[in-house]
Amino acid sequence: MTQSRREMLGGLLVAFTLAPAVHAQTGGGEGSGGPPTVAPDLAGTLAKFPDLDAWIRIAPDGRVTVFTGKAELGTGIKTAIAQLAADELDVAFDRIDLITADTGLTPNEGVTAGSQTLEQSGTAVANAAANVRLLLAEAAAARWGVAATALFTRDGAVLDGKGRSASYADLAGTTSLAVRARADVPRKRRDARRVIGRPVPRVDLPAKLTGLPAYVHDMRLPGMMHARVLRGPSSGTKGRFDLSAIARLPGVERIVRRGGFAAIVGPREWPLERALHAAGRSGWTAESGANAPGALPDALLRMRRETQTIQERYDEPNVRSLRRLSARYDRPYLMHGAIGPSCALALFEDGRLTVWTHSQGVEPLRASIAELLAMSAERVRCVHREGAGCYGHNGADDVAGDAALVAVAMPGVPVRLQWSREQEHGWEPLGPAMMAQLDGNLDASGRIVSWGHQVWSNTHSTRPTAAGDLLAGREIIPPFPATPPKPIPQPNGGGDRNAIPLYAFPNSRVVSHFLPDMPIRVSALRGLGAHLNIFALESFMDELAAAAGRDPVAFRLAHLDDSRAAAVIRRAATRFDWQGYRAMPHRGRGFAFARYKNHGAYLAVALDVERVPDEGRLIVHRAVAAVDSGEAVNPDGIRNQVEGGIVQSLSWSAYESAGHDGTRRSDYDWSTYPILRFGDAPRSVVVDVVDRPGMPFLGTGECAQGPTAAALANALWAAEGRRSRSLPVARSSAGFL
Amino acid sequence: MIELNVNGGVARADVDPATPLLYVLRDDLGLHAAKFGCGLGQCGACTVLVDDRPVFACLLPVGAIGERAVTTVEGLGTTVEPGDVQRAFLQEQAGQCGYCIPGMIARAEALLRRTTTPTEEEMRAAMAPSLCRCGTHMRILRAVRRAAVARGGGIVDPAEPVA
Repeated sequence: MTQSRREMLGGLLVAFTLAPAVHAQTGGGEGSGGPPTVAPDLAGTLAKFPDLDAWIRIAPDGRVTVFTGKAELGTGIKTAIAQLAADELDVAFDRIDLITADTGLTPNEGVTAGSQTLEQSGTAVANAAANVRLLLAEAAAARWGVAATALFTRDGAVLDGKGRSASYADLAGTTSLAVRARADVPRKRRDARRVIGRPVPRVDLPAKLTGLPAYVHDMRLPGMMHARVLRGPSSGTKGRFDLSAIARLPGVERIVRRGGFAAIVGPREWPLERALHAAGRSGWTAESGANAPGALPDALLRMRRETQTIQERYDEPNVRSLRRLSARYDRPYLMHGAIGPSCALALFEDGRLTVWTHSQGVEPLRASIAELLAMSAERVRCVHREGAGCYGHNGADDVAGDAALVAVAMPGVPVRLQWSREQEHGWEPLGPAMMAQLDGNLDASGRIVSWGHQVWSNTHSTRPTAAGDLLAGREIIPPFPATPPKPIPQPNGGGDRNAIPLYAFPNSRVVSHFLPDMPIRVSALRGLGAHLNIFALESFMDELAAAAGRDPVAFRLAHLDDSRAAAVIRRAATRFDWQGYRAMPHRGRGFAFARYKNHGAYLAVALDVERVPDEGRLIVHRAVAAVDSGEAVNPDGIRNQVEGGIVQSLSWSAYESAGHDGTRRSDYDWSTYPILRFGDAPRSVVVDVVDRPGMPFLGTGECAQGPTAAALANALWAAEGRRSRSLPVARSSAGFL
Repeated sequence: MIELNVNGGVARADVDPATPLLYVLRDDLGLHAAKFGCGLGQCGACTVLVDDRPVFACLLPVGAIGERAVTTVEGLGTTVEPGDVQRAFLQEQAGQCGYCIPGMIARAEALLRRTTTPTEEEMRAAMAPSLCRCGTHMRILRAVRRAAVARGGGIVDPAEPVA
């Protein structure tokens, strides 16, 4: 089942001309990379790549190829983008071929992150498709000497309704798509749509469910060699290796060494893994300058900080407050914990390097690898291939750098380098520990009249923009410096994502304490600061509601002037039967709401949770959510993301905490980092999609993480009368294996 | 030379008998459904059936298998003709990244070969050794419930109704 190299390279005969070579990365942020805007009147990433042939090509056989610079991370974007293209072009869904993130073929859309794929790339593809459809209709009109407005399209052809028709394939032969998109081309009318808004099955699942090669891990190129990298046990350590002894181990054909970087190479995986385990016996040292974070969360308060006030409003400065509440909330370091450890393939041939990677950002990775190898970026191509689920910046980029270093030492030989489970646990950047302090004042009527939110956090992005951001870049001699961390500015925010309340409080002050020193390697984890900030904000709303003697749902509605927010809250409460709920011993209901980033999807969730006395384990009897993602391209895709987000956030918020003993991490496999298993999964989860046809797409992939954490804590308070302000709030029933 | 009974046929591989089955499936036989996840028997991404029982292929030495029948997800159906468990997973769209799913399908197959009428708790306990990080648990459970019905049985006390 070896795939030919040609297939893996995409087999495309022609590629469009990429925009002038090197664009400054805006760096660090998420989804913010890519070239500058050149056509501000165009929607989505069309504003950066306005030419239609960057997005859509039509072959002589009528097949349509659509290009997106975004990557499939397991969220179903391939299906949703193909739906948009099929409907707006009026071409059968199965005639669309989609090419995803590939520096040699696709527009540079920066990083696939921040729930922005449909907002940026989906919007671009939909509008490009509408443009192409119009161009083809105009070509037919010119050919037939009629007005384009008299024509219509159906299933890949232009028709005049009087018996004449011309296929897109035919028209495309004489119609150049190397033209700039127009901003005023109308999208298809809602009643004419056949694919958008439907629960089209995922295009990638049949292969994945029957064992066809689907992941970078499954690639096998002719003459391929396996490689494993030698490192200390965790970030912040250096391995001590006796390389001459390792070179003599069975199955090790050679060692590739560059300064402090070393990898073993051989034809078979299993002997290499045995060698890797044997090599680990010779010990390790703590890196100089490594320091322990100290006991959380107080350690965060003692770190050097850069403070910024991100919201300050005093609409009613003279208001009289009756009651003041304050509370602190925190979360520990969290792991991404991809089920498959990071993996990459690389091939250096004729002075050019190709890297197959599950990175979220093939373009910034290309720039980083080019610097690492002192090659020009034009000679490096990074091609996205799927990995195990990606929930932020994991080891994908680092392992690509590792594979690249090995490949350039072995010209002509494809190299497949896969991390061990222990390396993934030990080296992936963690989601940072965080703390928030909330202050609120109620007036005599039970209204919140002033609000304060302060948050302390490390950076939420050390994504690679340069060689020193890759592990290998700091191991070779001379080492490259890591890019200094900087905060992701509002309105997206990093540590302060969702710290600004969506509620209409008359007086509010929100302060972000950015902690630049990182005792532990950290980076983006799904939702960034939104997880802790929404946990804090929505827990505190519950505390204030209780202090005001108000129902938590009614209390939220009373403080909102956003009708879409109110709609999802009402929908979730109704589906849950919030009013009819009857409390039982040790069992309670909890509610929470947020609009992700204050400009993404709206989500409200209600949970029915029991803590089993004496055992301490949780039973989530029911989770009911309502989500408004704007126009729903694929409602089942949205449900899948929200169901998954709820379950994943329950795992984070109930059970997870990544440890550190002062010099190294303490979790190297699943035995000490238990994640939610089937026994702890909710009994039932219901997700209602509130469709908003014609409205802009709103990012959905991360919208459930924060509200679920708060709803869980709110339910436990209702069940037990005790407030959980420190995550995680429980212990897995699986306990320690 | 090791001889194995895989998916109803005889497969041969020139490997050290101590090599775990997973490496032989993926690297020698070109069977990619079973995945490497941990190499420690903790996550279940590598799960295959040996005779009718689920095993961690990342741990089981090929030399220990003997004549027992190895079944991987490739042996349960194809994209053109998916098996009933695969069809149930497709109908429920039970997958996000999908990396854990072949292991889940193998584990569900083993459960349903033992009984097509498990209780909800028995089903969850049978699936529990396999980890999913995307949070697809609800859909996976729905797929197993649906597959049980397709096999002429059904979960005795389903926590969610079978659609």
